[in-house]
Parts: sequence; C-alpha cells; structure tokens
Amino acid sequence: MGKEIIEAQNVVFGYPLEGGRKSPVLRDVSLSVAEGSFIAVLGHNGSGKSTFAKHFNGILTPDSGTVTVCGIDTAQEDRLYDIRRQAGMVFQNPDNQIVATIVEEDVAFGPENLGLLPDEIRRRVDKALTAVGMAEYMHHAPHQLSGGQKQRVAIAGVIAMTPRCIILDEPTAMLDPQGRREVMEAIKKLNQEQGITIILITHYMEEAAQADRVVVMNDGRILLDGTPREVFSHVQELKDVGLDVPQATELCWRLRQEGCNLPEGILTEEECAQALAQLLEVGPHACH
Amino acid sequence: MLAIKTEGLTYTYSVGTPFEKTAVDHINLEIEQGEFVGVIGHTGSGKSTLIQHFNGLLKPTSGRVLIHGTDLWAKDTDRRAFRFKVGLVFQYPEYQLFEETVYKDIAFGPVNMGLSAEQVDQQVREAAAFVGLREEILQKSPFELSGGQKRRVAIAGVLAMNPDILILDEPTAGLDPKGREKVLGEIKAYHKKRGNTVLLVSHSMEDIARYAHKVLVLNRAGVMMYDDTAAVFSRAEEIWKGGLSVPQVTRIFSLLREQGFPVNESVYTMDFAVQEILRLLGKEASHA
Repeated sequence: MGKEIIEAQNVVFGYPLEGGRKSPVLRDVSLSVAEGSFIAVLGHNGSGKSTFAKHFNGILTPDSGTVTVCGIDTAQEDRLYDIRRQAGMVFQNPDNQIVATIVEEDVAFGPENLGLLPDEIRRRVDKALTAVGMAEYMHHAPHQLSGGQKQRVAIAGVIAMTPRCIILDEPTAMLDPQGRREVMEAIKKLNQEQGITIILITHYMEEAAQADRVVVMNDGRILLDGTPREVFSHVQELKDVGLDVPQATELCWRLRQEGCNLPEGILTEEECAQALAQLLEVGPHACH
Repeated sequence: MLAIKTEGLTYTYSVGTPFEKTAVDHINLEIEQGEFVGVIGHTGSGKSTLIQHFNGLLKPTSGRVLIHGTDLWAKDTDRRAFRFKVGLVFQYPEYQLFEETVYKDIAFGPVNMGLSAEQVDQQVREAAAFVGLREEILQKSPFELSGGQKRRVAIAGVLAMNPDILILDEPTAGLDPKGREKVLGEIKAYHKKRGNTVLLVSHSMEDIARYAHKVLVLNRAGVMMYDDTAAVFSRAEEIWKGGLSVPQVTRIFSLLREQGFPVNESVYTMDFAVQEILRLLGKEASHA
C-alpha cells in the first residue's frame, strides 16, 4: 500500500442524549485510506457512515480512539484549519453549500479566506471550474444552474482549496440521472488526473461499483471491505443489512441460484451482457 | 373515468420579465381513475410545475385542468375541496412537519376538512398503520424521529385525507434501498386497497419499473411519452438521449439484442429478466 492519508483507529463515537448518556453510533471502527485511492462507503440510513465521514475533516472527533488526517491528529483543535485545507467535504444538498451570487465568486470564497493574492485566486478558480467542466458558467448565477451543475460548483469550491482528499456525503442523492452522471465523471477525473483521494458516501450501488474499494458499514461497524467485485459477491449479506447490489450483479446471482453456470463478481452491464451471451450460446446445458 | 385531464395546459414563470420561462408547454394528458403512473423527466423538464396544477396550487397561464371532469379554474369551482381530493406530497416533506405530536401532525389535514373527532381519529390511525408507524410513536414529537420515520409521518399526513388522487414528488430521495422499498411498498398497498390514482415522481428508474403500470416521460416542458411501463422502457435509447436513464437490466437486454439474441424488447424488472433468460434456455423459473 502507498502512503496513508487518513488513519482511523478504534474510533468510538456517540451523540449526547439527555442525562449525560450517549447513543452509540460508531463502535470501534478502524480504517486506513491510501493516498490517491477512490473509496465508496455504503450503509443503510443510521449505519454510522455519515458520522464516520465527519471524523475525516475534524467536524467530529472520537470519544475514544484516534483519527489522523495527513499525519495530523484531529483532536488537536488548533490544527483544524490545516486539516480542512487537506480534506474538503461536499454535502448532499447543493443549495446549502453555495454562498455567493455568481459562480466564480462562490468558488473564490475559500481561497479568499486563505488570504491568497488575487492572481493566485484567479488561477485556482479557473483551474477548479475547468476541472469540473463548469468554466463556461463562471459568470452565471447559481440559481440558474441545474442540480448537477450546482453540485459541480460546490466541488470546484472545495478543489480551489487544493485539498489532497475530498469527502462527498451522498452528493448525487438529489440529482436526476444526467446530473448524477456529470458529478460521477467529475469525481473520477479528479481522482485519476490529479490523484486526489476520494471518499464517496452513496446509496447508489452502481456508483460504488466505480470505486477501487468499497467499505460497507452496519450498526456502527465495518461489515465488508474490499474491491467492488469482492464486496458485491456477498449478495445475501448485503441484502440482509438492507442494501442492494448493482442489478447486473443481482441478475447473475439470481440465475446462479436457478442453476445457471455464471461467474461471480459481475459488476457492469457490459460484463453481464457478455456472460449472458456466452450462457445463451451454450444453451440449456449451461444450467443444471 | 378520467381522474386528470389537461387541455393545452401551459404555465409560464415570471411573465414579462427577462427571466420569462415556459415550464409547461401545451400539455394534453388523460389519466384514468385508478392508474399507478410513474412520472420521469430531467431537472427542469416541468414535472414539479405540472403536478402543482393538479390540486390548484398553480393557475395555468393558458389551457385547462379537469379533475374528475371538473374544470379547476371555472368560476363556480370550489378549489378548496380539491386540495383534499388531490393529495400532494412534496420533496423532502419531513421539513414540513410542525406539530407537537405525530398524531396532531397527521390529523392536521382531516381536521381542516371539518371531519368529526371520531372520523379524524379513525383516519389518522389508518394512515399511520399504512406507513408502518406504531401506536406509541403517535404521541412523540415528530422531531424526535429518524429521517425515514419523519418521511412516513409526512406521507401519512396526506394519506389521512383519503385523497382520490395521490401525488408524490420523489418520496424516496435520500432513503437507503430498504427504506425505499418500504415506503413504495406501503404506497402500493394503499393504492391496491383504495383503488385511488397515484402519480409517483421519481429519478429512480428501477423504482418506477417495479411499481408503476404506466409511465409519463416529460422532456422540455412537454410530454415525450405516456404509455404502459413496458412500452416506455422498450424505447431505451430515446429515454437515454433525453438525459434520463433506464433500469440497468433494461440496458443489459439492449446489449443482448444488439448481439442478435431474440430477447424481449421491454425487460425492465429483475423478475422479468430472470424469467426471460430462463425462457431462452428452455427452463422454468423455480420460484418466480
């Protein structure tokens, strides 16, 4: 493995309840994130995945255990600004994340607050908007954009801070299919071309299938961790905790249960179609 | 009998300003009583504007809206009555909860209909049961509940009015797969029992494919298709070009057809896909 950008060790966390008690959300979670990787985090509502993600840039700190980001312990409050410059966060609703009335001013908000020189701000804003394919909209008002475009502006605002890691908490939940495709393309490009580490929290299995590594959370713990192929081969386990697998994976799994001879670890529609084509060519003998 | 009929329905926002925009453009539509219709369309295609005409929240710029044969904007129409006959569940309805208890929140609609206390009580309890809210939750504050529970309280608040026409705008956005299935299953059960008309707006083609009998596809302020679910999803390519998607199984079967396999044109659910492959292999499904 390469260098670790985020290290979570034995993290325990609960939200405070009345009477000083805590409702446990994370129960002893450990995770190492290699720099430059693209990780998808899955889990049903209430599994602790968003709470865990909020530990990655110091919005929350563990009750016990440690989280280090780029080597900085998030418990060091005086280093929070350094942590947040390295690990940026994008949330579900683009409307809650855009502060300015013009796209380029919104993206400039972070760099301006870093006290950078105007030339440097200009350069970063242009680069960030180009990276998400929104350069031609720099003089538009955010409310005239579609959901997918707004979310890409929010991502540009994070990129302008030149972070090494971006954490996205269900960034496509409110978008239509076209908007989802645009945001996923932008995320993959940042990962592949700029080597930015991506942590993507999502309910869409087809999005998770595009990551290098999938982490499944359940009841405050990590249930599965591996490549998409490995993780999505646990169809029944995933269904048991209220999750799905991509339809391509499920179709092959269902047909295997009917006795058909199909390989495990099918993820994409192309792989599935190819496997089914082979099955159909062999004919009835392919099933028992 | 027609539940909803529109004649040349047109709606233009900000008439006479530089921001003038026609969101719904000469739509002619006939929806039969008792249908379960899925409504799809990219952001800005006019879905939300269209459905807000069905209970008189918006007044057409031109054209007519008829609900059960009554022109909503005719001089002597009691529009208030149609707010109860046509129940509208907005996106993220949990943000609209406001009462002290779950019971009072669900009762708000029926109380305003002027029903007797007894009748209100019965309708509140029935609606709560439909969405799977247990008795003890009714006396809690809605703000103590989880996101998924809040969503169900908000839906129950509309069901409690016993609307003849139930319209839901992305009722499953932000829910995990299990939560999605639960909410949609409850709506389907309600539809089956009451035989009312349901319009389900969703970006999830998999959900539409599973639950809707008919699909309305909107594109650029107009109707692109309105047909049986199978017929709509057999036109996968056009839907894809309109910035929308089709279920992954549908795309897999398109690929198989391109390779020359004689598969059915309109495979759109998982069960259908399994049966279709088994049929081609000359096998019966063991449990479909």
